[in-house]
Amino acid sequence: MQHDMIIAGFGGQGALLIGKMLAYAGMHQGKEVSWLPSYGPEMRGGTANCTVVISDKPVGSPVIKSPRALLALNLPSLDKFEDSVRPGGVILVNTSLVNRPVRRTDLRVVSVAANDIANSLGNPRGANMVALGAFVGATGVVDLREVEALVRDTFARKPALVEVNLKALHAGFEAAGEQVKEAAVTPGSAGPNTAAE
Amino acid sequence: MAKKLMKGCEAIGEAAIRAGCKLFFGYPITPQNEIPEYLSHRLPQVGGTFVQAESEVGASNMIYGAAGAGERVFTSSSSPGISLMQEAVSYLAGAELPVVIVNIMRAGPGLGGILPSQADYFQATKGGGHGDFNTLVLAPWSVQEAADLVADAFDLADYYRNPVYVLGDGLIGQMMEPVEFREDRKPLKDLAAKTWASTGWKGDRPRAVINSLYLDADTLEQHNRDLQAKYATIRRDEVRWQGYGLDGDYDVLIVAYGTVARVCLTAMEELREQGIKAAILRPISLYPFPYDAVRQASARARAVLVVELSAGQMIQDVQLAVAETRPIHFHGRTGGNLVSPDEAAAKVREVLDGRSQEVRNA
Repeated sequence: MQHDMIIAGFGGQGALLIGKMLAYAGMHQGKEVSWLPSYGPEMRGGTANCTVVISDKPVGSPVIKSPRALLALNLPSLDKFEDSVRPGGVILVNTSLVNRPVRRTDLRVVSVAANDIANSLGNPRGANMVALGAFVGATGVVDLREVEALVRDTFARKPALVEVNLKALHAGFEAAGEQVKEAAVTPGSAGPNTAAE
Repeated sequence: MAKKLMKGCEAIGEAAIRAGCKLFFGYPITPQNEIPEYLSHRLPQVGGTFVQAESEVGASNMIYGAAGAGERVFTSSSSPGISLMQEAVSYLAGAELPVVIVNIMRAGPGLGGILPSQADYFQATKGGGHGDFNTLVLAPWSVQEAADLVADAFDLADYYRNPVYVLGDGLIGQMMEPVEFREDRKPLKDLAAKTWASTGWKGDRPRAVINSLYLDADTLEQHNRDLQAKYATIRRDEVRWQGYGLDGDYDVLIVAYGTVARVCLTAMEELREQGIKAAILRPISLYPFPYDAVRQASARARAVLVVELSAGQMIQDVQLAVAETRPIHFHGRTGGNLVSPDEAAAKVREVLDGRSQEVRNA
């Protein structure tokens, strides 16, 4: 079983960090993992993305042209990678920064307004944690508990940040989880591999 | 020790420290900057010294000095920086100094770009500097193997008193993967004390002079004979490669190294699900090249496919090994573009259905 995913956003939105945390969580679950950043020439405000593979066996190609999942943190990321996602895969869209619907209908779409949720929690900088939680909720690529443990480790020296980030993480996880559940019970829906729109 | 998720560059730096290397001289260049960055804070913690040189030329001559004094030392750079070091590499080989040089290759020629490449194969394996010399060249395909090969490179450098390259593409440097440093690692070889090192003469031994200058023709020719004898031993004893799917039947033998071999492995597995049989031979030592292994493995295939992030460099060694007994095909990407598993698989199909054109000399 292999999960592979592209996490993409503006530089500074936390795409690389989200990818790293997914890779760490996978590794802590005993999986084989690779994390590959795009390191091309980019300027501040440009796009940043990384490819993460989480697998039961040693990772073959760390380069994934057609990922099973995409986290699009902003519109340019959706524009760039929408067509590459495998049919039957998942696209998680940060609707706070994406103002158009996903065109693909042969995969599952989960929409979470990560920045708006973070703002409503009084933690605008926690949008990346909302997105991370939502991605875990939408895809199940790693256990949420592993990610929680990572958040605790990451902010061990700043205990005040642990709770706010866990809150953001859970808010994202639940927002995505509600849609996954809805998709599963919607009459006429064939389940998680069909469009949820 | 538990596995840690590390960037290839960081793992290379940590592996060098664990191999007992306390000296690093280098100059920044993408995509290997995390090596000097890591060592700049780690080396002082272990009583070592990190120096950011004024240039790659300076760094490469600093490692000459440190190696001449008998210390484990290494430098790292990326393609254009490695080019600047070539004079020193020739001197290091001539003076028989053990150093490790890590090249995280980027796309060339010239300043080229900063994205991954394997286009420094010729430079590393055929001697980028002047004179008759060779360097051992080890090419990792994962972060774990990069760390392991760096450790081996120090032992091989000391044992043969020769520069050793660790040749990775940009992906190896930038990718993060779990890596484990084994506390119980044993040296590859019985390593003799460096009695030849120039450490300050106190009259209790012959003077140790580090030099590559021999003005007398016969003396220099003898030095060259000695070097060639050493390279022959290296070619006999230090060949490293791995095979994938070589035990069963296969129609196409893929020869690829570094991260490209991983891409080909994914392609191979996808092809096998469709009943198309390919196998992979992955050279780990590029010098010495596994000629015998490639020859034997190619004899069981209908055709050979070489895949590289270059316009075709290793393919020349594959041609030497296969010696026109099988058609050889090539797929390469340049400029920093990568080969995808789909692309590699498509090429294998083309080789089998006759759409791919065989590589011909001339």
